[in-house]
Amino acid sequence: MGDIRILNPPDLGTLIAELRARGYRVMGPTVRGDAIVTGEIRTVSDLPRGRGDTQRPAEYRLTERDDRSFFGFAAPAISSKPVFFPAEEVIWRGRRDHDEGHFTVERDRPDAAPIALLGTRSCDLRAVQIHDKVLAGRMYEDAHYAARREHTFVVAVACGQPAETCFCASMGTGPRPAETNPETGEAAYDLLLTEVLDEHNHHFVMEIGTEHGRQVADAIEAGDGDEHDHARALEITDAAAKRQTRAIDTSTIHGVLRASVESSRWEEIATRCLACTNCTLVCPTCFCTTIQDVSDLAGDEGERHRVWDSCFSEQFSYIHGGPLRGETKSRYRQWITHKLSSWEDQFGMLGCVGCGRCITWCPVGIDIVEEAAELTRMSGLGSGAARS
Amino acid sequence: MADIRNLALHDDEGVAARASAPSTTGDPMVPRRYAITRVRQDTRDTFTLMLDPVDGGPMRFRAGQFTMLHAFGVGEVPISISGDPRGADEGAPLEHTIRNVGAVTRALVNAPPGTEIGVRGPFGTSWDAPDAVGGDVVFVTGGIGLAPLRPAILDVLAERDKYGKVLLLYGSRTPEDILYGDEMRRWADLNDVNVQMTVDNAPYGYKGKVGFVTELIARAGFDPRRAWAFVCGPEGMMRAAASALVSRGLPPAKVRLSMERSMKCGIGLCGHCQLRDVFLCVDGPVLDYARLEPLMNVREL
Repeated sequence: MGDIRILNPPDLGTLIAELRARGYRVMGPTVRGDAIVTGEIRTVSDLPRGRGDTQRPAEYRLTERDDRSFFGFAAPAISSKPVFFPAEEVIWRGRRDHDEGHFTVERDRPDAAPIALLGTRSCDLRAVQIHDKVLAGRMYEDAHYAARREHTFVVAVACGQPAETCFCASMGTGPRPAETNPETGEAAYDLLLTEVLDEHNHHFVMEIGTEHGRQVADAIEAGDGDEHDHARALEITDAAAKRQTRAIDTSTIHGVLRASVESSRWEEIATRCLACTNCTLVCPTCFCTTIQDVSDLAGDEGERHRVWDSCFSEQFSYIHGGPLRGETKSRYRQWITHKLSSWEDQFGMLGCVGCGRCITWCPVGIDIVEEAAELTRMSGLGSGAARS
Repeated sequence: MADIRNLALHDDEGVAARASAPSTTGDPMVPRRYAITRVRQDTRDTFTLMLDPVDGGPMRFRAGQFTMLHAFGVGEVPISISGDPRGADEGAPLEHTIRNVGAVTRALVNAPPGTEIGVRGPFGTSWDAPDAVGGDVVFVTGGIGLAPLRPAILDVLAERDKYGKVLLLYGSRTPEDILYGDEMRRWADLNDVNVQMTVDNAPYGYKGKVGFVTELIARAGFDPRRAWAFVCGPEGMMRAAASALVSRGLPPAKVRLSMERSMKCGIGLCGHCQLRDVFLCVDGPVLDYARLEPLMNVREL
């Protein structure tokens, strides 16, 4: 246990103001379009106070809570993924002199304003760590992602409100975030909040993760907490973990998917899967993109855009002669095998953080946990500990 | 229920774009400009582009690597470099042999000399043909597959005396589609290369061999105990060729193939070229059959 502080509800506004005064663009949960999404937080009133959610396979409902909690909901419909990795961005702009055949290119770079993440769940925090590895920790990096990620300040929230679709506890990614990023050994957050709300209390137990976090905590004059406060925070996340009913057995899933390549299950899933790409759009770790060249009618002014793509689309695998994954069953196999098996070979970690969004936002309620369990059962490679 | 597609990131201020340094910043997503100096027609649908750099020096590359070629305002395609890896030091143009099969390739091959195009790269792994020094070398290829293999053949011929037998087994659809025909004849006449050609279909009276190139492997004269094979062509042909080579006794680790997949970035970020755990743009395109065999034998993997 490190430095513990106590934040009262009015202090949350002070924290937001302090971060903005320090030059951060604060991004956190806010209500938009009947859902909680990640958006800009300018004042405490931008937070979804008193709002909750119901998430089930193929169902998302924004609800009114009977309390005044700030973080009384599960995974927002949109994670922090687009904060650093927008769905569409310009990579460069070019201009051609049609008569001469020359062209010039000017690279676009993102605004350098640093981001403060506020209220980021442990699942989504882990997803950012995964993207740090995938997009900025290999031979080549996504220059735009890396620029946006510089100097990020993280105010994480330990999750006390898992949805029915959540399974972070089984993935080892929550509901309380690990103190350090397992890949880099660096602190995972600057500040960590656990919201304590019962008949008598409403406050946040604030844990300090970095020196930078301590400076901010000092600046807003957060009161001191103690062992008991910390114990109360741990109780909340322990209870949240116990409430989760879905689980993937991470000890066997890599081998199960390797062995399931010719499984008859794919055909069965394809009778339900619409290949709509929703799961890949809401997934906080999906990173596939395509390139779109946009030009004016004369073809002399051009922009190159990098946009999110999905392995569920037919053209994703297209080469001259046709798509290589023509059938939906091949595309679902690619997606789940990548998340739960190949990702480990590629990056030394699983590509699923257990946020449950793909279950919630699948229009027909295909459940990655259920499919993993069924593939495990059919392969006969389960450890016996897996739920089925 | 809210529609996830309408829930764009709350983003009033946006991320202000600011133009900065030009294309020489080293960002691998930003193309360098090359001018087309010549377009040579090789067959009815295949052309070779000769390119000179507009900014900076010549591109150094290894045999088997590819670039992303960009026709301004049209789009970008991955194309293997087909020139001599030693060419950069001698002021030779950067060469790509392209089949005119789509919008981008059509724009590239129809561009008049002097037109500037964008080039990113070189990317990917090499044939590393000199691993075969001291042994026999078998090149098996079909159609335009000869183009990505040509730099490896030139690597071997540059030090021909260090190798044993060198075989080039080449198949094309018809006699009209034979690529680099004059050059293959020179390799046979001047460089002691055993060139064997076959066509899938031939007009009446054609004197050459008719049949699939993979059928040449069984009787080809090389010593499988000390041979390496480099195979490039359509995936079905490569699978059959690799299988035939392994049947002759070559270890799968000494059979290298160049894989084709959709590629949008060339640097392992866009995800399109994944074959299970392999990013073919950075882990490939050239990989050995020991690695590829389990991946090539699953439909639509």
